[in-house]
Amino acid sequence: MSGDPKLERIAKGNALALCATGTWTASFAPALERIVAEAEKLAGGPQSIFIDVSEIAKLDTFGAWLIERLRRSLTQGAVEAQIAGLSANYASLVDEVRRVKANAVVESSPITIAGMLEQIGRAVAGVAGTVAGLVDMLGAVLAAGGRVLIHPRSLRLTSTVHHMEQVCWRAVPIIVLITFLIGCIIAQQGIFHFRRFGADLFVVDMLGVLVLREIGVLLVAIMVAGRSGSAYTAELGSMKMREEIDALRTMGFDPIEVLVLPRMLALVLALPILAFLGAMAALYGGGLVAWLYGGVQPEAFLLRLRDAISIDHFIVGIVKAPVMAAVIGIVACVEGLAVQGSAESLGQHTTSSVVKGIFFVIVMDGVFAIFFAAIGM
Amino acid sequence: MAQDIQQNTQNGIANPIIRVRDITVQFGATRVLDGLNLDVKRGEILGFVGPSGAGKSVLTRTIIGLVPKVAGSIEVFGVDLDSSNTSQRRSVERRWGVLFQQGALFSSLTVRQNIQFPMREYLRVSQRLMDEITIAKLTMVGLKPEVAERFPSELSGGMIKRVALARALSLDPDLVFLDEPTSGLDPIGAGDFDELVRTLQRTLGLTVFMVTHDLDSLYTACDRIAVLGNGKIIAAGSIADMQASQHPWLRQYFHGKRARAVMG
Repeated sequence: MSGDPKLERIAKGNALALCATGTWTASFAPALERIVAEAEKLAGGPQSIFIDVSEIAKLDTFGAWLIERLRRSLTQGAVEAQIAGLSANYASLVDEVRRVKANAVVESSPITIAGMLEQIGRAVAGVAGTVAGLVDMLGAVLAAGGRVLIHPRSLRLTSTVHHMEQVCWRAVPIIVLITFLIGCIIAQQGIFHFRRFGADLFVVDMLGVLVLREIGVLLVAIMVAGRSGSAYTAELGSMKMREEIDALRTMGFDPIEVLVLPRMLALVLALPILAFLGAMAALYGGGLVAWLYGGVQPEAFLLRLRDAISIDHFIVGIVKAPVMAAVIGIVACVEGLAVQGSAESLGQHTTSSVVKGIFFVIVMDGVFAIFFAAIGM
Repeated sequence: MAQDIQQNTQNGIANPIIRVRDITVQFGATRVLDGLNLDVKRGEILGFVGPSGAGKSVLTRTIIGLVPKVAGSIEVFGVDLDSSNTSQRRSVERRWGVLFQQGALFSSLTVRQNIQFPMREYLRVSQRLMDEITIAKLTMVGLKPEVAERFPSELSGGMIKRVALARALSLDPDLVFLDEPTSGLDPIGAGDFDELVRTLQRTLGLTVFMVTHDLDSLYTACDRIAVLGNGKIIAAGSIADMQASQHPWLRQYFHGKRARAVMG
């Protein structure tokens, strides 16, 4: 019953009959396309053309369309190609296909230099939009915060505590572990290099200043941006995708107050705590390495540490934490609320939430460094 | 391989296209399907009804192979899906299309790419033919060709269902599973959809397995109706059989206020 599709030509004077046989289905599509392309070359020759489909064993949309395509390309000027021998089974399928307007296929625009320049221009202009979006969100969060200050009962306490648990409590083990290891590495490297000129004990100065002023808070902020910033973006983004945020709005809730403020608050409270714990873990790790690897006794380490650092170093470090938290939170929430309908968009915004979060954290750190240098701290 | 399967189904027109025997499906301690038997005949539109939570979607997903079963056998196109090897299974999968309840369109692909996705995987055809067939499928499901370049997030609910149907039909399957195709559509849209399923069934010679809650669909589109209850098929037959049935749930379903309204 089935077999390879064929198209036989039977010429009768000025008339031409094309007899289609075999299986005209999707499985044979490559062969069918070749056959039809071959037959299309006959256009303009004979006076009348019949495409006889009575011998076709099986026909589906692919086959029906190719026959229709052949009929259209053979129909030129006064010559009209006709389909003959259509069985009742397939008549409606061929009718259906005849309604198709094939030329309506929309071509995607090719890549041109002008197009690339346009994209670069749009990306640059987009930077201004990004900054505006961040400022906008900052304002909205501050306004919502102000409303909460006036009506403290409108604070979503449960939600805030829940996010505190996620962002702070559950992050403690990994943050402590990583900062501990970093403290170890700094101390080991310091001892290794300082030992050459007999300045072993200066490793304590370096460790104390570096950890308390910079590494502690910066490292923790970067980890929080990766861990919690991405989570915020994904949460808000998928809520946006499923119209949950629109639902909130229609019920008269402000999404900033309900969703963003508790998250921001949790993050702003969490980061100083995590930064403090991280700094302690790093100092502990550094002290441990100094003792076991460098032979610095714990008493000596502590005495030296007390001389080397002042409360200023600690304040410089910890003051940065809430500001960095706010930056991470705002970037994450802006990105989350910018997610469009597709899974791809969610991925893009989560990526850019982390990348932008880390970028802004480092920029903020630089700004703080200049500021503290200027005021002599 | 595909030839064998084709032969099998061609030889026995009387053989059902889906043959479900003694299916049991369990989630934890709850038994959702309990020794269920069901046949779907070639070329029919089978409407599948039952109370919410009775396991209609579970049965559909079990047949498709998304939900594991505890006992029983499922034959589709004469192939036992448990004892089949990968290539047999693939050739069965190539011959069915599934319309999920929410459409399940790939959100990061355009409508055109969604419809062409199965074609790229299973067929070797030129881009031109794929584009033309895409337009043909869109026309068949009653959409304009311009829709092809849109993303699923830019479509209305009814359009999503139609595009999902076009994707389910993209390989010209012999069998389609429709999971609540008319839910969430307005009555006119739902009526159009029923009409569309009927037309496509006639033109493409489809067998349709339709889970539905829509009484209109049952009256206008379905050849036969199967009713699920207590993990079993409690009745199967024509709409007249259903109305004559004395089963309490069926009486309520087919003689309730809404049923009377539909029948006029």
